[in-house]
Order: sequence, then structure tokens, then C-alpha cells
Amino acid sequence: MSGTVILTLTGIITAGILLCLLRLLKGPTAPDRAVAMDTACTVTTALLVLLALFFKRSVYLDVALVYALLTFMGLVAIARYLERGI
Amino acid sequence: MNSGVTPYILISIGVAFDLVGAIGLIRLPDVYNRLQAATKCVTLGTALILLGVVAASGWSAMGIKALLAAVFVLWTSPTGSHALARGAHIAGVPLWSGSVIDKYKEDTGR
Repeated sequence: MSGTVILTLTGIITAGILLCLLRLLKGPTAPDRAVAMDTACTVTTALLVLLALFFKRSVYLDVALVYALLTFMGLVAIARYLERGI
Repeated sequence: MNSGVTPYILISIGVAFDLVGAIGLIRLPDVYNRLQAATKCVTLGTALILLGVVAASGWSAMGIKALLAAVFVLWTSPTGSHALARGAHIAGVPLWSGSVIDKYKEDTGR
């Protein structure tokens, strides 16, 4: 794929991450911030995938996979904490 | 890497879904609405981007890793969001004032 298209799409995805971070700053309750963090992390996974396509390095995909795994574990830990405390 | 038009279409649709999910996260009124907008749009968008990478790279190391990541995202993202919605409801986060029904409260009495 051509590099210019991938860079444009990377810019759009970065704008999405900034919107998620805005909700992370504003969110009135703790679950709001957790939702914003989860969304920002998943969109960051997509950003890493696009960077892997741009630089043609499959190492970025390993990073994306581990990032998705850590996002899931962190989210489940936060959900259990909200449910019944530590 | 083959140079068809399929990867462009898949990745563009995925990026559009991701952006719509982020906008929904800003615009919607309470945590449950934000959760459904963000989860559905962002899960589908990220999975479409990963499938676009699979279509672009074929059966190479990159394509197989992207396919694994797509399966993983489709599997774990709804699970985590379900756990978070349940945790938020049990923690007592109120619904938006315009909400008309609360089936979880009716079913469990909490």
C-alpha cells in the first residue's frame, strides 16, 4: 500500500485517540474513565498495526498483540474492583 | 504484498468506524451509552483494520500475526466491556435521566 494513504489514516486514528483522552480527562465517574482508557488502548492497537504496515516490520504486530492482552487484563481488573472492592 | 484495492477499502472502513466510536465516546450522555458506542464501533473497526493487513500481506509472518490479533480483539473486547458495564451497574453509577428501562435492576433487584 502507498505510504501517503497509510500516513493519512494514521493521522485520523490519532485524532480518535485524542478524543478518547479528552473523555479520560473530563469523565465524571471512574467507569467513564475506564471506558475511555479501554477505547484509547484498542485504537492504539489499530495505530500500531498501521505503523507495522507503513514500516513493513512485523515486530509492531507483536507489540500490538501484547498491548491488546494487557488492555484486556487491566480492564477486567478494574471491573472487578468496581464490583466488590479490592 | 499484492496491490489490490481490497486492503484500502477494509482499512478505510475500519478507520472510519474507529473515529465514529471515539466521537460517540465524546457525545453520548452516560457511561452505558458511551460503553456501547465505543465497544461496538472500536471492536469492529480494529478488526477490520487487522483484516485489511491480512489482505495486504497474505500468508506471511505479518498476515498470520494480524489474523491472530484480529481473533484476539474480537474475543476479548466485548468480554471486557461486559465486565465493565456490570461493574459500573453494581458500583451504583446512575443511568441517564432519559433512559426508559433497566432490565438488570428488574432481573436482580439491585
